[in-house]
Formats: sequence, structure tokens, C-alpha cells
Amino acid sequence: MDAMAEIRQTFFEECAEQLADLEAGLLAIENGEADSDTVNAVFRAVHSIKGGAGAFCLDDLVHFAHVFETTLDEMRSGRLDTSDKVIKIMLRSSDALADLVTVARDGGTADAERNATLIDELKGLVALAKGEEPPAPSAGAGAPAADGPTYDDGMGDLDFTPVAVDLSDLMGVGGDNTFKIEFKPNPRMYAKANDAIRVLRDLYELGEVKVTCNTGEVPLLTAIDPEGAYLSFSVELSTAESESKVREVFEFVEFDCDLSVEEVAPEMGEMDLDGVDPDIADILSRIKASDDDEAPSAVSDEPEEEEVEEAEPEAPVAKAEPEPVAEAPKAPPAPAKPAAPAPAPAPSAPKGEAQDAKGASGSPAQTIRVDLERVDRLIDLVGELVIHQVMLSQRAYQAGLARASDVAVGFDELEQLTREIQDSVMAIRAQPVKSVFQRLPRLVREVADISGKQVRLVTEGEWTEVDKTVIERLADPLTHMIRNAIDHGLEKPEKRLEVGKAEEGVVRVAAMHRSGRIVIEISDDGAGINRKKVKEIASDKGLIPADANLSDEEIDNLIFMPGFSTASEISSLSGRGVGMDVVKRSIQALGGRVSISSKPGKGSTFTMSLPLTLAVLDGMIVSVGDQTVVVPLTAIIETLQPKSSEVKSFGGDARLIQVRDAFLPLVDVARELGYSYEPSNATGGVAILVEAENGARSALLVDAIQGQRQVVIKSLEANYGRVPGIAAATILGDGRVALILDVDAVVATSRVEGNFFNQAAE
Amino acid sequence: MTTVSPAHNDNRGELGYARELIAFRIGEQEFCVDIMSVREIRGWTPATPLPHSPSYVIGVINLRGAVLPIVDLAARLGFPRTEPTARSVIIVVRVEQQLFGLLVDAVSDILTITDEALQPTPDLASDLAKTFVRGVMAIEGRMISLIATDNVLPQFQAVA
Repeated sequence: MDAMAEIRQTFFEECAEQLADLEAGLLAIENGEADSDTVNAVFRAVHSIKGGAGAFCLDDLVHFAHVFETTLDEMRSGRLDTSDKVIKIMLRSSDALADLVTVARDGGTADAERNATLIDELKGLVALAKGEEPPAPSAGAGAPAADGPTYDDGMGDLDFTPVAVDLSDLMGVGGDNTFKIEFKPNPRMYAKANDAIRVLRDLYELGEVKVTCNTGEVPLLTAIDPEGAYLSFSVELSTAESESKVREVFEFVEFDCDLSVEEVAPEMGEMDLDGVDPDIADILSRIKASDDDEAPSAVSDEPEEEEVEEAEPEAPVAKAEPEPVAEAPKAPPAPAKPAAPAPAPAPSAPKGEAQDAKGASGSPAQTIRVDLERVDRLIDLVGELVIHQVMLSQRAYQAGLARASDVAVGFDELEQLTREIQDSVMAIRAQPVKSVFQRLPRLVREVADISGKQVRLVTEGEWTEVDKTVIERLADPLTHMIRNAIDHGLEKPEKRLEVGKAEEGVVRVAAMHRSGRIVIEISDDGAGINRKKVKEIASDKGLIPADANLSDEEIDNLIFMPGFSTASEISSLSGRGVGMDVVKRSIQALGGRVSISSKPGKGSTFTMSLPLTLAVLDGMIVSVGDQTVVVPLTAIIETLQPKSSEVKSFGGDARLIQVRDAFLPLVDVARELGYSYEPSNATGGVAILVEAENGARSALLVDAIQGQRQVVIKSLEANYGRVPGIAAATILGDGRVALILDVDAVVATSRVEGNFFNQAAE
Repeated sequence: MTTVSPAHNDNRGELGYARELIAFRIGEQEFCVDIMSVREIRGWTPATPLPHSPSYVIGVINLRGAVLPIVDLAARLGFPRTEPTARSVIIVVRVEQQLFGLLVDAVSDILTITDEALQPTPDLASDLAKTFVRGVMAIEGRMISLIATDNVLPQFQAVA
């Protein structure tokens, strides 16, 4: 990856963070926490995205972010209130901004019409804040034209009457404006490798400039902080551009300097350079002379002082009067990188600030970014370490090591240590589910919009940690279940009012740890499951016999059956009949379970329980022939020793086993896996009762149970490929590979008798 | 007919296309593979058989935490299956992103040859042999066949 691509990637990674901050901030404001810190954080997020996007010439993104930022600025200055309407527009704008970032990263096209509408709405808010009439649609700087129906959409909310308006404030008009600018850089600005001279040079591009450097605050050399900032600049600018254009020059340094821009009458007195320190005057004349990047000289004293400090730390006074100007060209702290000051020098700066701003209240711990591959490699190696440690101690005992000897004690301690290392390494991959939960508000907004319902999302336990692999695969089922909760669970507002509920429905998503697993509950306060209707549909579709006598719980679980859909009208959201069964299957594929409880009129709760990691699995270690096989514990219901009276032959090779009142197919694992051609003797072995994903039960016949253990999952596909009947592999304490059984596949193929077997031959 | 890994030619200009090969024995026959594809050579350890795999796939072993499939090269080439002994050797090779082991009887030599020494696979060779043999060469009166490792593992895309 070349350097630019790397920076680009960093930019997008940061964008994702900024967008998350933005949304979180807006939601906080919506909940009434509109303190200045939050508003500032939101503003900064958009600002940083804009800055970075500018560096990569992502014009659409910059344009949109700019308008957004301008609106947020009004909110920051208190001129725009934080009413629901305003926040709704802001939230939709943040969605649009996120889309633009995605488009910029992955290609594709953004929804230009919607963006144009939003831009108009945002501008409307600015105008509103300024007490003006809202501007005419799409009159803004280069906004794509949008009129008629697209426009109505957003305006309906706001009750706007489009009226033509003087946009001089945004656009700038002809004619001379004179601005008096006070610009005092903070040390932070220089620390971020920004330089006053570049800013001043940009001002020169706008028009006629007179700069006065105020040296009054420069202390004695002995008192100088080499990294401090002591100079300030008074600038008089005469330009045809508008104030916003002038402020734009300062946009990258805005937070790191004291800045005031005032428009003054053009005939204000001129300022000359006579009274200015000759060195400064020289610098200023050089600024004027340098039109390009060839001589990036330092306009302030700081870089020179830094140089002095480095060269002669003990005796700065010895160089008390160097010729700063002569040295200046060699001393720029950051070589010309004019385009990208914002993202390049201090990627973490905006975040750091945000944390400062939030103060002591729950400031997140420091983090580093690590390539996932490295972590995986570490996990592999630690897994090996554990195996070798076990092997080593086993061999030592075999060689006659006394259990009470010092060496044995050492082995025990080593084992303790390696286990701890393993746990810690596993913890590296753990992440809070926040990253998934963050996407939910937007989803809820969109689904609520389409379905015409009012929904409030409540999330709990977003800091609950779970392995990254689980997080990645959590999003889809969760999305589906929330859609379902809103689309099917919640009633329409009118209906809610009728039954005496609040107009706004509540969807609650809560994550928690429970006995070594993560449990996520999705509940709504809707109508609950209409059991009568569910049963009707199920029997209509032939999923159950019409006269089936089912308990409430069994009826509720019908919605997980393949091909079931209660939506009488098929909406674009859900109701294609691939809903909950897909959800259930993808959760089971993760080694999880999902259940439902519902109270008529009160709402439904879906509970999914998942393992904390996909890297390890609780398994039962069994012997099959002379091989060792792992059966995932999640599938196992119970184990039993078959008596000969319980095993019934059922035509051909098929056998059934009687478990209490039920007859279940007995699956001969050794034969299914091709380890043996003869049917195993059922009475000598152990039957493991398993439940497949579709809920069907069967019994797996194995030779013996060795024990129960947590095993590290290793991919077979990385170096080989998919093996039918096998989910993955693991490495046992003796260093040998054991296969992890894919219970569903084995049970399913055992029904297609013979077929499986022939496949074994090449 | 011959492909040569480019990284290999660079500093051997005067020899033309020269390459290093690892030669090994299967029964009485000698074969070789390009040294650039070989990751390591290790002793035999019992493998865990994979269900429903072709007969030439002996199974998988643990290679420092990775699951490594082992191919009985003799069986793959259509010879009788190898009975692994303590002296058998596994040559770990890499093809693109996949690592796998070739079970052979013994590693015999490291050869440096030029492409001129490599003769095309004789026409009378069976189709199976032609799939895996890139060419043959005569070294000190012995015939050594160059094995292409690309197609040794079963192709899963076609099956699944």
C-alpha cells in the first residue's frame, strides 16, 4: 500500500469515528443534553471530516460538510435552537454525510436529490437562525438543482415558504469589503505543523493585505518557551470576497488560535510598516514576495527557537541574537504539505480535543490500532504454547517426574501463566457491542419513516464486550430483528392511541453477559404476537396440521419456521417470508440460540444468546473408531447408554433409538465419517442426543466420551477446503488435530442413505 | 512449457534460466519440486484422516497451530499408496495462499539446473502424470521428473 492510500485509509477510519461521534452527539442533544461541549464535539466532527475530505479533493463531501458545518456553527453560537425539527434534519444530514463518506470510499453514487434537499433545509436553518427569510431552494454555492417534489418533502416538516433571498453573506458579492482580522496563533497550532505564514499567504490571495505583527508579548529570550507562541498578527484585508470566504482561510487553524474577523468601513486608515521591528518587516516583505511553496519560511520565532534549543540546549543565550530570517528557510518544522494539514500531522488530535472537552466524565481509555492479522497470529501462537506446555508436562510425568517435586510445581505455575496469557490475548479481540449498536439509531429512523410509525430506540449495555468475530456477524440478525420489531411488533400511532399507549413506540435493545455468553434482548411495547393469526397462517401454509394442539410458546416459535411470514401486505422492509428463520439460522451458525416471549397487548421480547467468541468452542470430546472427534456442546441435549431393547432396526441400515416415548434416528457417526464400513455396535457405545437447527432431534452414536473441554477452532478451509460433515478442526492437548463435527450436516446427510458414502471415493 | 519464478533468475545471468530444485524419492523413482515453493521439510507425524476426502489425502496434521493437509504424492501420481514410516518425510509447500504437505519416502538432493536441461514430458506419459509433471531431466544418469505443485490438492470450487 503506498503512502497516500494509507493516509486515505486512515482518513476513512477516522471518518467512521467522527460520524459515530456526530451521531452520538446529535442524539445526546435530542435527549436534552445540549451543553456546549456536546455541540462543540458535533461541530468538530463535521469540521474534521470536511478538513480531511478537502485534502483528498472529495468535493461533494466537502460541499455538504461545509453547509452542515455552517448550520452547526449557528447552533454552536446559540442562534439556532435545538428543537426536535432541527435535530431531525441534522440527524438526516449525518446519515447523508455517512453515505457520502461511503461513496467516497467505495465508489458508487450518492443520493444527490436528497442531499440537495438537505442542503437547502440546512441553509434554511441558517437563515432562520439569522432571522432572515429562508433562502430559495438550491440557490446555494453550487448545490445541485432540486425543485418541485423532492423539495416539498423536507419543507413539509418545516413549514417553509421558499422566498428569494440575498445570499451575499454566503456567496460574497462584488465590491470591496474591508476586514480587520486579529489572529493570534496558539502553541497548539504550531504543534500541528500549521504555520501562520501559510494562513497569511492565503489571505494575500483574497485581496490586498496589510499585516502588522505584534511582538509585544515576546518575552526575554531566557524566558522563552521554545515551543510557545508569542506573536500575534493584525491584518487589514481589502477584498471582494465575503466574510465566510475569509474565515475559510482560517478553517484548519480555527481551534488553535484566537481569531476575530470584523468587517470595517473601507476607508479605515491604512497601516504602514514603519513602526514595526525591522526583522518582522523583513519577514512580512518576504511573505509578500513568496508566491509559491518554494520558500516555506517561518513567520514566527518559534521554529528558529526550536532550532536553537536543539543545537545548544545548555546555552540558548549564546545564540541570543541569531539572524532569524537567514535561518528561517531551513527551519520549517513541517516541510511543505500544503494540501493536507488537517489529517496528516495529528490524526488523533480532534479526538483528543473532544476528550478534553468532555472533561473527566468517563473519558475513554487510550487505544491503539492493530492489524487483526497480528492479533490472530498471536492467538495461534498462544494456542500452540498451551498445547506444548501440556505436552511437556505430560511427558515429564511419563518420564517419572514426582508430582511433589519442584519441577512439577514449576509446571503448575507455567500452566497457570499460559492460561492467563491465553485469556488476555483473547481479551484483545473483545470489543464493546457499541460498534453495532451505533448503527441502530439510523436504522430505526429509516424503518420508522418508511413504516409511518414513531419509534424511540433505547439501548442498554453497549459496553458489553464480545469477540470481534461475533460482533461482525451480529449486525445482520440484529438489524433484521429490529426491523421486525418495528414493522410487525409496533402498532401504528393511531392504533396505539386507541389502546391507550403513548403514540411513540419503544424498541429496547439490551446487551449483557450471562454465564459466559452474551445475551441480547430486543423488546418492543407493541401488540405482541397475534397467536390466532400465527396459527392460522402456519396451518394455511401447511407448516402445521390444521388441528394441531399447540402451546402458546410453540405458537410463538412458529414464526421461526422457514417460509413463515405474518405480513398480510408485503412491505419493503420485511415480510418476504425469509425473515425470522434466516435470523435463527444465522444465530445458530454462530453457536447461539434465539427465543421469543410475547404478551398480548404488551409487546414481544426476542432474546438471543451467543458465545463470547468464535475462536473457542465448548465441545464434548468423543471417540469414534480410533479417531477423536469434538461435538459442539450447544447442540447436545443429553447423553445416554443405549440398551439393546431400545435400539430398533428400521429397514436397511437405518436404526431408531427409543428415548422415553420418542423414537429418534440413530446416526452412526463412524459410518457417516467413513471411519468404519460396518455398523457400530450400538449397545457398546454412547448415544448423544442432539437438536439440529430445525429443531429435529436425533441421536449420534459414538464409541465413548472422553470429556468436555474448551477447544480452539482452527479453519480447515484455509489450507484445504470444506469437508462435508465437519465444521472445523482443533488441536488437542497431545498436539494432534481433531475434527469438530457439523452436527446438522451429519444428521441431514445420514437421511440420504448411501449417497454420502459414495461421495467418499474419489 | 516451463515457467520459472522470476525472482529466481535475477542474479544468475550467466547461467541463463537456472533454478534450484529439491529432489526426493518415491519408491524407486525420483522427483523434484522448485525450492521456492518449499517452506520446510519435516518428519512424519500421524495424521488425522478427513472424512469424504480423496484417497490421496492422508489427513491433516498440526503445523505449529495451523491445520496442514497431507497429500500422499505417490497415490496422487497414480502409484500405489505410501505406507508412512518413521523415516518418511513431509515436504511443506505453498501454492498461493495454501500450505500443504507432500508425503515422500526421502529427500535426496538439492539440484541447480538450467532450463535447457529440462525436457518436455514424454508423450507416452499418462494423463495423470502429465497433469503434475512439468518436465523431466537427466542428472548423472538418473531421470528426475519436475512436479508442478499447483494442482496437487483437490479442487474444491468444482465440487462444492
